[in-house]
Amino acid sequence: MARIAGVNIPTAKRVPVALTYVTGIGPSSARSICDAVGIDPARRVNELSDSDVLKLREHIDENYTVEGDLRRETQMNIKRLMDLGCYRGLRHRRNLPVRGQRTHTNARTRKGPAKAIAGKKK
Amino acid sequence: MSRSVWKGPFVDAYVLKKAEKSRESGRNEVIKIWSRRSTILPQFVGLTFGVYNGKKHIPVNVSEEMIGQKFGEYSPTRTYYGHAADKKAKRK
Repeated sequence: MARIAGVNIPTAKRVPVALTYVTGIGPSSARSICDAVGIDPARRVNELSDSDVLKLREHIDENYTVEGDLRRETQMNIKRLMDLGCYRGLRHRRNLPVRGQRTHTNARTRKGPAKAIAGKKK
Repeated sequence: MSRSVWKGPFVDAYVLKKAEKSRESGRNEVIKIWSRRSTILPQFVGLTFGVYNGKKHIPVNVSEEMIGQKFGEYSPTRTYYGHAADKKAKRK
């Protein structure tokens, strides 16, 4: 069992894959972490020694924003836009797409599931 | 694609002139501008601009965080109060 960056406990998977379970670490940064710490990417997490895990943990602490900190940062950035009163902030407030996508159709990710409109028949 | 750095930020010349004038004088009235496409520059911080949205001049108090964005971003051009049907559905 290996705890990295707080609560994450990825187990029998290869190290780069297991690291992607941490919010803020994707496949690419996971690979570069393995390179920097000197761990063969083919090894699995349960084959790692305690010192290897420690090295991983320290490297991530130093160089990456992960988990709660990252989420807070994103949230703060969005809040900043909303407080500014700019167009992007307005779109965030209304839960509509921010980057100029169409909303006539689609945009379901931001709008949520479609709501039936009463009295709209063919 | 973003704008080339060597060109510098784009600002309509009359905006600069008006801003400078109000700086020199009392610096409290709203500067009416129509140029929504102009970049907000560091020397505009603290001034209030009335940015035209096609109907009215919306007062925009320029703060430090707005630097680098355009005036148009702070003056919405569309009015939308939702659909009548949506409101009926909500009341139920």
